[in-house]
Amino acid sequence: MSSTDPAVAPWSARATWIVRGLGIAAALALAGTIWLGLWVTPPDQVQHNLVRLVYIHPPIAWVALYLAFGVAAGSSVLWLWPRTRSRFWDRLAVSAVEVGIVFTALTLVTGSIWGRPTWGVWWAWDARLTSTALLLLLLLGYMAVRRVPADPDSRARRSAVVALVAAVDVPIVHFSVDWWHTLHQGATVLNANLSPTIHGSMAWTLLLGFVAFTLLFAWMLAIRYRVEVLSEQLQDSALEVALRERWAEGKGPLTDPGGALA
Amino acid sequence: MAPAVHLSTAVCVTGRFPALAGVDLAVAQGEVVVLEGPNGAGKTSVLRVCAGLLPLTGGEGTVLGCDLRHDAPALRRRVGMLGHAAALYDDLTVVENVRFAVRAAGGSLSNVDAVLDRLELGGRVRRTPVGRLSAGQRRRVALAVLVARRPELWLLDEPHAGLDADARVVLGEIVAEVVAQGATVLLASHEPEESWPLADRVVSLVGGRVVEVRHVGATARRPVPPPDTLRAVSGSVHVA
Amino acid sequence: MWRDSVLVAGKDLRIELRSRVVLHQVVPVAVLVLVLFAFALGPDRAPMAHAAPGLFWMAVLFASVLAVQRSFALEAPEGARDGLRLSGLDPAGVFLGKTAAVALEMVLLEVVLTAGIVVLYGSHIRSYGSIVVAGLAGTAGLAAAGTLYGALAAGLRVRETLLPFLFLPVAAPVLLAGTRAWQAALGIGVGSAGDPWVRLLLVFAAVYLALGVVIFGPLQEAS
Repeated sequence: MSSTDPAVAPWSARATWIVRGLGIAAALALAGTIWLGLWVTPPDQVQHNLVRLVYIHPPIAWVALYLAFGVAAGSSVLWLWPRTRSRFWDRLAVSAVEVGIVFTALTLVTGSIWGRPTWGVWWAWDARLTSTALLLLLLLGYMAVRRVPADPDSRARRSAVVALVAAVDVPIVHFSVDWWHTLHQGATVLNANLSPTIHGSMAWTLLLGFVAFTLLFAWMLAIRYRVEVLSEQLQDSALEVALRERWAEGKGPLTDPGGALA
Repeated sequence: MAPAVHLSTAVCVTGRFPALAGVDLAVAQGEVVVLEGPNGAGKTSVLRVCAGLLPLTGGEGTVLGCDLRHDAPALRRRVGMLGHAAALYDDLTVVENVRFAVRAAGGSLSNVDAVLDRLELGGRVRRTPVGRLSAGQRRRVALAVLVARRPELWLLDEPHAGLDADARVVLGEIVAEVVAQGATVLLASHEPEESWPLADRVVSLVGGRVVEVRHVGATARRPVPPPDTLRAVSGSVHVA
Repeated sequence: MWRDSVLVAGKDLRIELRSRVVLHQVVPVAVLVLVLFAFALGPDRAPMAHAAPGLFWMAVLFASVLAVQRSFALEAPEGARDGLRLSGLDPAGVFLGKTAAVALEMVLLEVVLTAGIVVLYGSHIRSYGSIVVAGLAGTAGLAAAGTLYGALAAGLRVRETLLPFLFLPVAAPVLLAGTRAWQAALGIGVGSAGDPWVRLLLVFAAVYLALGVVIFGPLQEAS
């Protein structure tokens, strides 16, 4: 299955360059977003400078929910399906979940920062924050299962099931929380404040923000994947040692095995 | 004839520990093979691998024609295992436990009563919840479950442990009958080979590998597999 | 598959009849939760009656964790976890059977809890039909998702703490929808029809039953 040679590089030289390119592109796009967002675009009528958070909060939220979760769920399905099963999908799933946790936490933080001056509280149970908080708990559940010591196959199985159960839950959560809020009078006012009208240079900056964070996600995913491969190689070499010790049980002076030859 | 069990360089890693470190084993249909070895040698692991319970980390295995990597669930109805711990429901009576197991395996209930009587589990004991039985009786119930299911491959882990002398005799008779009907028996034991008059071969395991295979003079009418299907692992043959 | 699920459900329920663990331990804990909420919310019945639907479903959620844990604990005396796998039963059948047994136990529990909130909190039931349907749909969904996660956690040493942490976030929509549906049925709060919520509960149940049937087999292969 996986190579036991510790000197094997996780991927080819060409892939290394692609990943580096991704990192550079992400850095550039982020820099561009920050520059445009902080200096070039105008402040909003109502929210003044606070509106600049719109260039990062929705993109981060989008990455967390659709990209990270989508990749995790899709990889889990591909792992579970016998015909496409391969350790690649398991590694990809755990990488997506870990990076997703970072992005989800950032979504909550930026959402909270945005809400504080507007609503006066650090947290409000609006639709997006509530769903995102639940998403974070689901992702943390995945990592909790991942930490349980088990052989790689069992661990991958359990993780994949958790990812699928959670993935199926996410749209249901969204639906129900949204309904909850459209029925609640107060929420519509809160939501309106967080969705400013976007035009002109703001639209371009927002688009750049989406691109920037998508690139950042892809780069972090690749790096995390590499960490996973290296960690597996480490475990494999530990296994080699354990196997040798096990074989050593069979050689050398033996006491009477099981008393059968007494 | 295709072997009932064929393991080739089977490696099995549970957690961080390699329970099996390269096992080669071939058991022909109708054979009785005894696995012996010190504690921790991997005897139970071999049985569990053959039951499809323990996945192979490396190497290959085929049991009753099913590839262990892909078809393990298909094996379950055809294989019966008597393990260390009896998988019985304490709150159900003896007969309920046996009936459940038989129906779960898709068998017929017609011989349940006969089996229970043979193992001295008839009469009032039948209707006693398993949790209230003694350890020896529980072991008999586990054995009854196995016998009533009539599997093609029998995997017995220390079957003599926990059984009194009478039950051991009955077990010996039962094994003789099912082998005559074509079942294959693989058992792990600490007992000396005299306890297993029906054994065809004794396979010694140490450190997760086969170190020796001995023919122990089974009755001539049962075919002995040709030597090239048996392979002791090179380099570490233990001389008795 | 259906034959195996009937077999497993029958076995689980028969064990419950003999051992009465759910009856003697889970139901009292749920009722105790209702009583403790009364301590927390104060002697005035008005806030309690207002919160009754939510409290009911909270108690149901926690009780379902216990019921699922029991469902898998009875498979594993002396660490013999392999019994179900070795038995040769169809995994989808095992899933449906266990889910059905847990669901039935939960329904009985809910009847007791409903009587509890009527008596303790002074709730008035306006619409029996939607109470029943919402209760059944919510219970089916909880039992399905719970059994799936219960199987995952069974046999792990950390199962007692892992199962609630995994299961409760997934069950959150049931809590939400169940509470809204019951609010409508009890005539509390800014009403709108409870129907959309009942439909959500049905969707949840259908989705998790289907997912469980498909995925229980591959899951069981994890040793």
